[in-house]
Amino acid sequence: MSRPDAHAEHFVAPVDTTSVPVDVVRISAKRSNLWIDAWRDLRRRPLFWISSAFVLLVVIVSLWPGLFTSVAPNNGCSLASSNGGPEEGHPFGFTRQGCDVYSRIIWGTRTSVIVGVLATLISTIVGMAMGAFAGFYGGWLDSLLSRVGDIFFTIPYIIAAIVVMSVMPVRNEIVLAFAIGGFAWASTARIMRAEVLRVKQADFVMGAEAVGLSRFRTLISHVLPNAMAPVIVVATLSLGAAIVAEATLSFLGVGLGGGTMSWGNDISQAQTSIRTAPMALFWPSLALTLTVLAFITLGELLRDAVDPKARAQR
Amino acid sequence: MNQPLLSIRDLKVAFRSGRQSREVLHGVSFDILEGETLAIVGESGSGKSTTAAAIIDLLPGTGTVTSGSIVLTGRDLTKASRGEMERIRGREIGYVPQDPMSNLNPVWSIGFQVKEAVRANGLAQGRREVHDRAVEVLVQAGLSDAARRMHQFPHQFSGGMRQRALIGIGLAADPKLLIADEPTSALDVTVQRVILDHLASLTSDRGTSVLLITHDLGLAAERADRILVMNQGEIVEAGPSAEILTNPQHPYTQRLVAAAPSLASKRIGTTVHASDEPAGTAAPVVEVRDLVKDYSIRTGGLKHERFRAVDEVSFSIPRGKTLALVGESGSGKSTVAKMLLQLEKPTDGEIFIDGEATSTMSRADVFRLRRRMQPVFQDPYGSLDPLRSIGSLIAEPLHVHGIGTREEQHQRSLELLEQVALPQELAWRYPNELSGGQRQRVAIARAIALKPDIVVLDEAVSALDVLVQDQILNLLSDLQRDLGLTYLFITHDLAVVRVAADLVCVMEKGRIVEQGRVDDIFSNPQQEYTRRLLEAIPGASLPLGGVG
Repeated sequence: MSRPDAHAEHFVAPVDTTSVPVDVVRISAKRSNLWIDAWRDLRRRPLFWISSAFVLLVVIVSLWPGLFTSVAPNNGCSLASSNGGPEEGHPFGFTRQGCDVYSRIIWGTRTSVIVGVLATLISTIVGMAMGAFAGFYGGWLDSLLSRVGDIFFTIPYIIAAIVVMSVMPVRNEIVLAFAIGGFAWASTARIMRAEVLRVKQADFVMGAEAVGLSRFRTLISHVLPNAMAPVIVVATLSLGAAIVAEATLSFLGVGLGGGTMSWGNDISQAQTSIRTAPMALFWPSLALTLTVLAFITLGELLRDAVDPKARAQR
Repeated sequence: MNQPLLSIRDLKVAFRSGRQSREVLHGVSFDILEGETLAIVGESGSGKSTTAAAIIDLLPGTGTVTSGSIVLTGRDLTKASRGEMERIRGREIGYVPQDPMSNLNPVWSIGFQVKEAVRANGLAQGRREVHDRAVEVLVQAGLSDAARRMHQFPHQFSGGMRQRALIGIGLAADPKLLIADEPTSALDVTVQRVILDHLASLTSDRGTSVLLITHDLGLAAERADRILVMNQGEIVEAGPSAEILTNPQHPYTQRLVAAAPSLASKRIGTTVHASDEPAGTAAPVVEVRDLVKDYSIRTGGLKHERFRAVDEVSFSIPRGKTLALVGESGSGKSTVAKMLLQLEKPTDGEIFIDGEATSTMSRADVFRLRRRMQPVFQDPYGSLDPLRSIGSLIAEPLHVHGIGTREEQHQRSLELLEQVALPQELAWRYPNELSGGQRQRVAIARAIALKPDIVVLDEAVSALDVLVQDQILNLLSDLQRDLGLTYLFITHDLAVVRVAADLVCVMEKGRIVEQGRVDDIFSNPQQEYTRRLLEAIPGASLPLGGVG
């Protein structure tokens, strides 16, 4: 190996016969940007596949509940089988009203998914718009939007949703989604604002303007895509939280009306007979827990995948 | 004097990622003698900083020494325990880190951090003595009014003062060896000179050996007795500084010496008609007249103070020529560039492009103007949107200005890639697959996509290694010749001005202190400030850049 031993001597390493090219372009086999790298990281994780498969299952169930149960949810409820155990065709047993627990869970999935997705969409869109405009344009607009955000930040969205739902004449999934999402956007707005402030500093934003892009188009086509990653992570996590919120509100009796099939309603109704028929409480709770867990796991994995530092440390 | 203080033999260092291990130092061997200054010169990724970090056992992340020995006065540091290493660091080996901005803790006062070092090295006991010793350390590091400055915080210090404090900490315990990892690369040249002079006098008084890590061959030659040249984790050449410069043997060193711009170098690609034609006969493409930019700075509470960043700047650039705006940080040179690019509004004064005043232009006129004037920015990692493919980045200006169909835009982006000597396959790839120099090529391709007349190069080569910088400067020169481009070249590096510009304006605190032809100003500077800048360039008098 190279060894310049005598001190003042002039040492020259053996010359490699191949010349030393400067700054060679190495086109690697793999393309690479933030999302491609994140996907490469995610698809190697079994937990990602397990939680995505579960999320997919939940979505399919909510779209086509008929595929999973032949028993219509409120058909054939007979008090004769009130709080009955599992039997042929009714694997999870019966509620106090004598309805099939399994069928109610299947049909209740749709409610959870609708409320979860819609509430998350509302809070993400509102939060993104507020945060992006505040961060990008700055000045008085930032002051105004950030103060509005601060006010909403101080209101716990569950309490706000309880108040809204208890005065609403109509209580359906859409109203509930607005009640949850309309009060949960402030943290998304803060994250978005911070990210936009970060991305705004980059030279490519100034470069876009120098090319002739308008401020608004620069925001849409260069700043937003680069600020999206943490917002997508938060949206995935808050989807779980919104499903919990729906269940909580329904459990408290201020969510969806008693006629609507929902895991929260089921849990609420089953608690009255928890000693005699605990399984009627257990099954919808399990469905709720697993669904929320799947979304939260997905969010955590996504968070690690889009953060190159966290990725390098694993 | 001639005993080796530190002997490194066959040092190998590897970084582990997942189950794979990547070796970055492939058997490095050298000695540092007592009292000598040894410089390791190399480009980024050559392993020079890794070598320094291995000596003090502070390899980042998953890095480990896989074989070899590091012997300091008879003791092998690779076998030392963590406790022993803690005693050796500071007391026997001092360390001055690269970035003075991030290596002082912002929440503690300077005094607290110096006292911490004094206490950790057991230099003094008792509050009074520790305090006195800490003041002494700062005085020695050349900080005036040290006793009062003890209570100040890092943000109240300038970059040069912070680096002095760090040098003070590094030398506090009178170590036998001081490792200085790019100690001045974040500082202006004039500050760099003062700091390195001070460091040299301190270490020569005490007979401290210095291991200087740098990317700057001129600086190494000026400051070190011997130079080690590293490339890709191996030493390619080692020897006395003067000999390495005058008689480089290894092809890599030869290229490094040839590529290093210096005051003795020549303008790259001098055009035939350029030399004797007096500047100013042709109508200037860009004319800047009495340009002023004021910023208002909040000075606490609701009070605002006016700060003049650019003060009555006037210059003009003839067609096809390069004018360099040169100055230290805060001299207002980038602000001038932004005003020219219509990204900032001037407070006063006027910018004429081909004789047309720009301050009265409508939005549509400015939009048309942008077609004729494009920028290339400094930071190759920040100037390309990381989520866009290279092809779409290059085609974006065409798209914005509605030139050609999608297919034509794509074809043009492939042509442009070829023009900046990049393979066309890159069109489907993303910026983070490229090196800094390659990204800068993409930025140049994007800038010339609209066939502009004027390109504003804002420190466009400052972040690049010297060989890559040389390539990019040559590319810029070729493009200027082929496309008749006019450049405004913003830089802090006078040596680059020498090789890349025809005309130069020297800026200080918002004002132009001197302007004229590069040849004239470099051979005969009229202003004290220009002279100081020229003298401060490391290795100014050395025969670099393929001369001699």
